Amino acid sequence: MKGKNEVSLARNSRSKRFKKTFQRDIQLYLLCVPALIFVFIFNYGPMYGVQIAFRDFSAGKGIWGSPWVGLAHFRRFFNSPQFKTVLKNTLGISFYSLLAGFPFPIIIALLLNQTQNMRFKKTVQTVIYAPHFISVVVLCSMITLFLSPNTGIVNNMLAKLGFEKVFFMAKPELFYDIFVWSGIWQNTGWNTVIYIAALSAINPELYEAAKIDGATRFQTIINIDLPSILPTIVILFIMRTGRFMDVGFQKAFLLQNPLNITASEIISTYVYKVGLIDAQFSYSTAIGLFNTVVNIILILTVNGISRRLSETSLW
Amino acid sequence: MAKAKVEEGKKIKKSHEDKIFDTVTYILLGFFMLIVLYPLYFIVIASFSDPYAVLTGKTALLPKGLNVKSYVRIFQEDTIWRGYLNSILYTTTGTLLNVTLTMMIAYPLSRKYFSGRKTIMTILLITMYFSGGLIPTYILVNKLNLRDTFWVMIVLGAISVYNVIVARTFLESNISSELEEAAQIDGCSQFRFFGYMVVPLSKAIIAVLVLYYAVGHWNDYMRGLIYLDKPEKYPLQMVIRSILIQTQMIEKDTIDIEELNAQMKLAEAMKYGVMIVSSVPVLLLYPFIQKYFIKGVMIGSVKG
Repeated sequence: MKGKNEVSLARNSRSKRFKKTFQRDIQLYLLCVPALIFVFIFNYGPMYGVQIAFRDFSAGKGIWGSPWVGLAHFRRFFNSPQFKTVLKNTLGISFYSLLAGFPFPIIIALLLNQTQNMRFKKTVQTVIYAPHFISVVVLCSMITLFLSPNTGIVNNMLAKLGFEKVFFMAKPELFYDIFVWSGIWQNTGWNTVIYIAALSAINPELYEAAKIDGATRFQTIINIDLPSILPTIVILFIMRTGRFMDVGFQKAFLLQNPLNITASEIISTYVYKVGLIDAQFSYSTAIGLFNTVVNIILILTVNGISRRLSETSLW
Repeated sequence: MAKAKVEEGKKIKKSHEDKIFDTVTYILLGFFMLIVLYPLYFIVIASFSDPYAVLTGKTALLPKGLNVKSYVRIFQEDTIWRGYLNSILYTTTGTLLNVTLTMMIAYPLSRKYFSGRKTIMTILLITMYFSGGLIPTYILVNKLNLRDTFWVMIVLGAISVYNVIVARTFLESNISSELEEAAQIDGCSQFRFFGYMVVPLSKAIIAVLVLYYAVGHWNDYMRGLIYLDKPEKYPLQMVIRSILIQTQMIEKDTIDIEELNAQMKLAEAMKYGVMIVSSVPVLLLYPFIQKYFIKGVMIGSVKG
């Protein structure tokens, strides 16, 4: 009896306390409201709508009126011939760009950190950051123009050097390379920023000590710089893995053509085609949901592994 | 004496090793810089050169037949002007909304005592990892009658959670609780404090947010592709894309060679210029963009 009373008393005081803090913070809550309205409508609204992946959606019947079909759309996707292609391309491009693209910014940042000539350093930085701000449309136009079979600069140079001209964009076997290396060209410079920030936080006394001990530049990099930025590297790696299945839709879409489609069709472009061109809303949503779920599983796994191994994690 | 000599020898050897290291560093960085720079440089010189020289690869290092014909031709193109105007409208309106919403929600989230802090942050973070996806969003936009309207380009993705985190981190360390308490004692409400103290003290982070969002709007292609139908509403990125596709079609069409050649040269001349023209605002603002984007990364990385 007494215990019950205490519990209800505690509950009472907690709700009272909440009321009090709520009253105190009321204006702060109100400041959050406009942004939250947008988030609820345009982020949580579609999350509610994702249930059409398990229904047979038709616009006339609406989301609620459309019949449930369970996992039928997922089964259809897994059994379709495109499943293997789009999954292979998505994973292939992603894995390739992770593997090839991840080390470069680290190396460049370490080298920039060692340059004593400030003007040289600034110039290099100003130049290598620039491509990051180029739009995907311009980047893809550059790629198509430069690699154009007859008039592109690359083929003109190849011809001058006595090689055969190559129709790069028509070769599926070259698509991954073009996609990944143009991405490295565009983003390596910008991705150094965060490592340079981490490097600038290193205690200068460490360098002094290393100098007195007679360490060479190279030894400084291996023994001071790298260990210092390792947590940053791990965090960025986790975050990058969380986007593993998000191979840029715009870029793949803009570089696609009927000749390279076997290598350039990725999950997101397939979702677009099935959904908006063929208007198979439920099927397309199911494919998109599959992508999201794989992403979440990946980030949880990598985060868990990293927490166990290095005590560095996102959460 | 002998010991000193050995020391000295060691020192010379060390500094020698470092000198090699230095040289290699400069060469590698210089090489990388050239790789990044060359394609950009090529676009610029190609846009000012005689199209025929460009097509036959005679402008690899220096421009040839300097002229501004392609720019004259570009400025005669109505679609480009319209695209420019549309993109400016989308970018300014969109950025205004983005920055206002972001600052408004970032401030409460930066107050340690704010009772809704954890819940609201969780609500935002979920959207970073889980989304309904393309089609559910498309259905929603249709249902709200936003498709093919000006507003669809503004309201979708009204706040970026990453930017909220950056702004929150900035406000946590730049708006002290002492200042807030002092204002409260003077009878200043939280609204007034936000409007008259927080915003004026946050100019640096507002600049970061403006540039982050503005560059995002300016370069966006996908939203227009999915939600706009009428060409007169197209943003610049869609316009320049369609110009490029047109020229590709001409390339394929091989009926009359003379006609084709003339058409192709004209179209080709425009391509490089179009890329420059579409990037002009970003180029003009590049010094600011570089500075404030880096600032944003720095603030954000304190948290990470």
